[in-house]
Amino acid sequence: MTKSANGKNGAPPQLKKSPTGIEGLDEVTGGGLPTGRPTIVCGGPGCGKTMLGIEFLVRGATQFDEPGVFMAFEETPEDITQNVASLGFDLQDLSARKKLFLDYVHVERSEIQESGEYDLEGLFIRLQHAIDLVGAKRVVLDTLEALFSGFSNQGILRAEIRRLFRWLKDRNMTTVITAERGDGTLIRYGLEEYVSDCVIVLDHRVAGQLSTRRLRIVKYRGSVHGTNEYPFLIDEHGISVLPITSFGLNHRASTQRISSGIPDLDDLLERKGYYRGSTVLVSGTAGSGKTSIGSHFVEAACKRQERSLYLSFEESSAQLARNMRSIGIDLEPWVKKGLLQFHGIRPSEHGLEMHLARLHRMVDQFKPRVVVLDPITNLISGDGDREIQSMLMRLIDFLKANQITAVFTSLTVSGKHAEQSEVGISSLIDTWILLRELEVNGERNRGLYVVKSRGMAHSNQIRQFLLTDQGAKLVPASVGGSTAPLADSAAQRNGPERARGQKKQKRRSQQRSAVARIRSTANQEKPFLAKAAGENR
Amino acid sequence: MKRKVQARPRRKSQFFQLRLYVAGQTPKSLTALNNLKKICKEHMDDQYRIEIIDLLANPQLARGDQILAIPTLVRNLPPPIRKIIGDLSNTERVLVGLDLRTPDTVAGAL
Repeated sequence: MTKSANGKNGAPPQLKKSPTGIEGLDEVTGGGLPTGRPTIVCGGPGCGKTMLGIEFLVRGATQFDEPGVFMAFEETPEDITQNVASLGFDLQDLSARKKLFLDYVHVERSEIQESGEYDLEGLFIRLQHAIDLVGAKRVVLDTLEALFSGFSNQGILRAEIRRLFRWLKDRNMTTVITAERGDGTLIRYGLEEYVSDCVIVLDHRVAGQLSTRRLRIVKYRGSVHGTNEYPFLIDEHGISVLPITSFGLNHRASTQRISSGIPDLDDLLERKGYYRGSTVLVSGTAGSGKTSIGSHFVEAACKRQERSLYLSFEESSAQLARNMRSIGIDLEPWVKKGLLQFHGIRPSEHGLEMHLARLHRMVDQFKPRVVVLDPITNLISGDGDREIQSMLMRLIDFLKANQITAVFTSLTVSGKHAEQSEVGISSLIDTWILLRELEVNGERNRGLYVVKSRGMAHSNQIRQFLLTDQGAKLVPASVGGSTAPLADSAAQRNGPERARGQKKQKRRSQQRSAVARIRSTANQEKPFLAKAAGENR
Repeated sequence: MKRKVQARPRRKSQFFQLRLYVAGQTPKSLTALNNLKKICKEHMDDQYRIEIIDLLANPQLARGDQILAIPTLVRNLPPPIRKIIGDLSNTERVLVGLDLRTPDTVAGAL
């Protein structure tokens, strides 16, 4: 107790850390691996241990000018060089430039006869030789445990491994030792007894036929670290870990407003549209026009010269472009201009975490101001509610931290009460727009209303929602007091099927809309605004 | 080559080329060298040559023969290559390792 108090007063020396250069890992570890100390990376077969080791060295050599030694006990240098070439790591070049030294240690018990006392001085000499050759600051031993199968005298082995760790520490080598995961224990052969400064566990789990890689820091002596399981992925850029929960609730709140792309919808939102950086949920039954709202939003963003990212889980980009052209939205020019990126991904392609990971990467690379996810409900299939909620929370935090305005669409099951089915995520959402089927007077119409919109006095009207070849439109609300929300029959008649070629009638209806809008503002919206303002502030 | 099943006092024509890897003059290394000389004298007549490699002086040589343990005795000739690690104090095991005796005849060799 007193010790820690003293430490606080005298500004304790921070534990030195060596950045790994691996995306996200440095954030999770608060700066990297402990400098001059061994770190154990353990996990089952195929979970990316060797990859992590290699990337640690490659990034160290290329980004931090810290040459490294890779001592492989399982794979030959040729194999490793080939394996990581797909990630863009040129080990041969690094070796030639004396930034990296690959040594292959072959241990085969059947070739070795033991007779009497021995030690592993040969290993030390090789390591020392390799370190001297490149002036190494980093060492990776992959996997040291292979020794245990190579020698029968475990007593000697344990003593020598303990000596090796001390030896590496004395030489101030930042070391990564990979290890197989044992049954029930973290590591087979109990190596963690010797290396207890930092232990990272990698995991490769399959749930619902979808695999996700995860990373967890079990132990990091002398340092705070994230304790969660973080998903990570290995792709053509190497490893990236996603420190998703690290954002927290301290993002900025912008007062800037941006258009939804539908003027009538903006009208419902104080005539200004969404807040920048807010999260919008558009939920509705099948065919209620969710994608159209998303597309309008994207188009509006592109017109403002803002980058937009559209993730579609249902339609291919070509199909979406075609369909949107039918309501007068042409997205292709924006794609060509590089302002809009489309990604059609099947939800079943990856697990939730992986989707999140990919989204992170896309956002980091493309840096959009606006993101549309259409629809998020498809991601839910197979996974538990809690998982999707936590994923969405992290996603929203991430987007908000980057001041990205997001529109999620969500498919609600008809028959089920929409507000109920959305309970899990609605609390995370800033603006919630609900689309609804309304069956009135022998017609099936789309209705739209704003369930909630944080920080603004939104309208309470249920408006008829039309998809015309001029884009989405909202029919002005009827005069207050009417029981049928869509009693404006003239507007109702002016449905999409009639809209074409009926310009005259349209103009008339627009005039009427204007009148109706004024009336509605006078009669209904004002008291409502006051009421809403009271609620919201 | 036909493998002949025969009791194996080795044939006289066999020539042994041996390398003993050490790291400085440690007691273990000295013991190993003494044990090796004794075994050679008793079992190989004069058909052998011992090369001593000090890895402290030539660390790069450890790679070629995949040396980890010290001391390590490598039999380069006759093929195949054999390795025996330790101070060679267990003569029976050295003989097995060098193919001078089949394991069956050595009690508790495996």
